[in-house]
Amino acid sequence: MLEITISVLILIGAIFTFIGSLGLARMPDFYTRLHGPTKATTIGVGSLLIASMIHFSTQDDGLSFHEVLVTLFLFITAPVSAHLLSKAALHLRIRSLSEPPPLVDAVDRDVLTNGEPLPRRSRAPRPNAHQSR
Amino acid sequence: MRRWLPHPILTPTLALIWVLLANSLAPGHILLGLLLGWLIPVFTLRFWPEPVLVRHPLTLLRFLLVVGYDILVANLAVAWLILRGANHIQPAFVVVPLALRSELGISLLANTISLTPGTVSSWLSPDRRFLVVQGLDVADPEALVATIKRRYEAPILRILESC
Amino acid sequence: MLSVVLSIAFALVTAAIGLTFWRLLTGPDKPDRILALDTLYVNAIALLVLLGMHLDSALYFEAAILIAMMGFIGTVALCKYLLRGDIIE
Repeated sequence: MLEITISVLILIGAIFTFIGSLGLARMPDFYTRLHGPTKATTIGVGSLLIASMIHFSTQDDGLSFHEVLVTLFLFITAPVSAHLLSKAALHLRIRSLSEPPPLVDAVDRDVLTNGEPLPRRSRAPRPNAHQSR
Repeated sequence: MRRWLPHPILTPTLALIWVLLANSLAPGHILLGLLLGWLIPVFTLRFWPEPVLVRHPLTLLRFLLVVGYDILVANLAVAWLILRGANHIQPAFVVVPLALRSELGISLLANTISLTPGTVSSWLSPDRRFLVVQGLDVADPEALVATIKRRYEAPILRILESC
Repeated sequence: MLSVVLSIAFALVTAAIGLTFWRLLTGPDKPDRILALDTLYVNAIALLVLLGMHLDSALYFEAAILIAMMGFIGTVALCKYLLRGDIIE
């Protein structure tokens, strides 16, 4: 019974991990690629860690709970890295299927070049990047 | 009190994390965890000046259950979309106007959005009034904004910022 | 039964690492490559957990915890570099 539970959890985890990477490989643009790794992979690895927790807890050296720590850590950090990656991509004006809201462009442009339009898909020049320090 | 125990919630959390990291329930580890949980908030007080208060524990519990359920459902939905392929999705950006004001509330909302329904929070305006969210398959942007505001923002607002 | 399931899981995770690596090599823009690196470290954690169960050794967890922390810091540093052009300001 226990072995069946562990096996099912391992299978679910491995399948979700695989689907996350599949999403990374086959989705058409950066923003859609972001979804696979942040969701499917996180829950896949979480499921594997829970399976491992049950596996080691039922052996003779007593309970083993530090897998929970890795799971929690992944669940807290995955959204943060997704947010940062997405922000970096918006900043670099990566090609996208969906149009970013004009708000982002307006703020980015004001901050970086004092109102000059930016060329798409190239890094913005940073005025006084070195002098200001 | 304010100076010597600045974050009453953080101390037991850090102690719990220490016990998990050491993977043992020995009294020595619990004591060391409590000591660390007391010292770390005292020495890092400058990073978190605002105190954290949880006002409605039952709402918090219900919120956690709702988010846990949504994480599972969202994962199945995203997995299905990935397997069906790129021809069936309609990615879109939506702008969510924020009612939350505190840093903790906004980061909690952004993390919840990233973990749940096929959406990733991707940009926060410098004045912290708008959150730009990327959706994998958005049929109706206004409905998505309404769902986010009703399902996630309202409970967080009630837990952290109601008076 | 556990060993059969573990073999299937090893195959799936290895395939996932292969797909991620393909994205790392081809990915058209810099954020794509960083995303691939991010996914790669999470997949490495999965592989280590499976290996720990296969070899019945809890030692691999220390490595998994370290990879989780360092990988996250690496992703944040690379994103910060893309956003600012500098890591330490």
